[in-house]
Amino acid sequence: MPKATRTLIAGEAHGEILELDEPLSFWGGFESETGTIIDQAHPQVGQSLVGKIVMMTVGRGSSSASSVLAEAIRDGTAPAALILQESDEIIVLGAIVADEIYQTVMPILLVDDVTYRDVASLTAAQITADGQIDPR
Amino acid sequence: MPLTLDARDQALLDGTAGPAAALAMRVVVRTAESMEAEHLLDITGAHIDSCLYHGQAGLDFAQRLADDGAQVSVPTTLNVSSLDLLHPELYRGDDHTRDQARALMNAYQAMGCEPTWTCAPYQMDARPPLGEHVAWAESNAIVFANAVLGARTHRYGDFLDIAAAITGRAPAAGLHLDAARHATIVFDVSAVPAKLLDLDVAYPVIGHHLGKLVGSAVPVIVGAPAGLSEDRLKAIGSAGASSGSLAMFHVVGSTPEAPDLETACGGRVPTDRHMITADDLRTARDQLTTSTNAKLGAISLGTPHYSVPEFARLIELLGDRRIHPDVHGYVNTGRSVAHELDLRGWSTRLADAGVQLVTDTCTYITPVMADIQGTAMTDSAKWAYYAPGNLGLDVAFGSVEDCVESAVRGEVIRDEGVWADA
Repeated sequence: MPKATRTLIAGEAHGEILELDEPLSFWGGFESETGTIIDQAHPQVGQSLVGKIVMMTVGRGSSSASSVLAEAIRDGTAPAALILQESDEIIVLGAIVADEIYQTVMPILLVDDVTYRDVASLTAAQITADGQIDPR
Repeated sequence: MPLTLDARDQALLDGTAGPAAALAMRVVVRTAESMEAEHLLDITGAHIDSCLYHGQAGLDFAQRLADDGAQVSVPTTLNVSSLDLLHPELYRGDDHTRDQARALMNAYQAMGCEPTWTCAPYQMDARPPLGEHVAWAESNAIVFANAVLGARTHRYGDFLDIAAAITGRAPAAGLHLDAARHATIVFDVSAVPAKLLDLDVAYPVIGHHLGKLVGSAVPVIVGAPAGLSEDRLKAIGSAGASSGSLAMFHVVGSTPEAPDLETACGGRVPTDRHMITADDLRTARDQLTTSTNAKLGAISLGTPHYSVPEFARLIELLGDRRIHPDVHGYVNTGRSVAHELDLRGWSTRLADAGVQLVTDTCTYITPVMADIQGTAMTDSAKWAYYAPGNLGLDVAFGSVEDCVESAVRGEVIRDEGVWADA
């Protein structure tokens, strides 16, 4: 079973898997009101991230992404969970503050390259608090 | 090794200094754990990005801290907000958002932050020196602090900035440590024609290309003229922090931690080397333009905030001309630079030329621009990158010379000659 190398934010989640073809900046690239990608230069512009397990290799762009992600978590328009290959403090901070202020957890997992490919091939998955990623 | 806290950190976490300091310390500690830091370190200053309004969550967090009596423990500057308090008549958004944005600004001022409202805190007199640890947010400020000042901040997002300012502590990890500051990728621009490298317009384009190539890695640029100006380094950093996650770079002969290639790489062999050509830069430049429609509706300069030398060039290019009546002209800047413009009589000259100054905020993050009919032109790669999505505008990137000539004539004009191979 695929397992995270580290859990940056531990928690349970499930949802459809959505692998992003390019890194996304939550600020400027994502609209928290609707939960969709609005970066015109992003190959998946218009896609909804709401309730999905979103995969991207690395984060990108503005510091404000923390605020936008926290707002999306508050608003219920955030992904169900994020899976990354490299830690990204800007993204993690959005999830930390949403947890501290609203007690709403959006898990963030780090995986290695092989696990990333395995998980990306799934249609949907279930994430456990210890970082296990099970097909669903 | 897990994170070890000293007695002072533990006391804050335990709430001995109140619930606000405890919340701030929890945010610092959880961030430190995600970075695998082994301890925290003292910072001497902070720059806060969280004062820009993005919704209720940011306001709830700031008001929780402020209502519980939080005060910053180090000198702390504030980034742009959503409102231009010096030119409030420019605001075209709804009243609710304006009120929320103002409440957010008030919360940060209540915590003792200085109302600087600029994304370019490095243009003010007090700047952190080489080797000093700070907690800066705002991507262009982070990369400038690291690359140009040689101060040390990790690539922090909103919330850690104020949490670090309250506790005076930051994770001892990432770009605070020597190992992460060394370059692993060489970006060689020696094949780019010297006459292009002599122009300001080359540098935002180099930064855009760099950000796309390196992601979050640390690159070192070789082959550039020695002693690049701070404005050119600002342009590289802000562009690379938009197209990628650039938080640190070196330019041999220009930045303080790169007297030579070997030092910039920390004595290690770089993992990658890219030879950059004029063709690469033309491609990068074209990625910053969404429309070739000749009708010009606006120009927007000053992203990041325009410096005094950048205004000097603008004033020189304008001469005694006015911009075309169908074109809206905007320049974003900080209050300290705006004050300098007043002293030099340049504010009046810009107003006479039909150019609107915007302070405290920026034209691409809040509705201050008029209804624009036609293409918007800019000399900023960062603005060109974000404005199409944020504002729904068509954008053409060009040099400041192109922007001024276009604004005077009312149509998009670009000097293609400067991009030639030789």
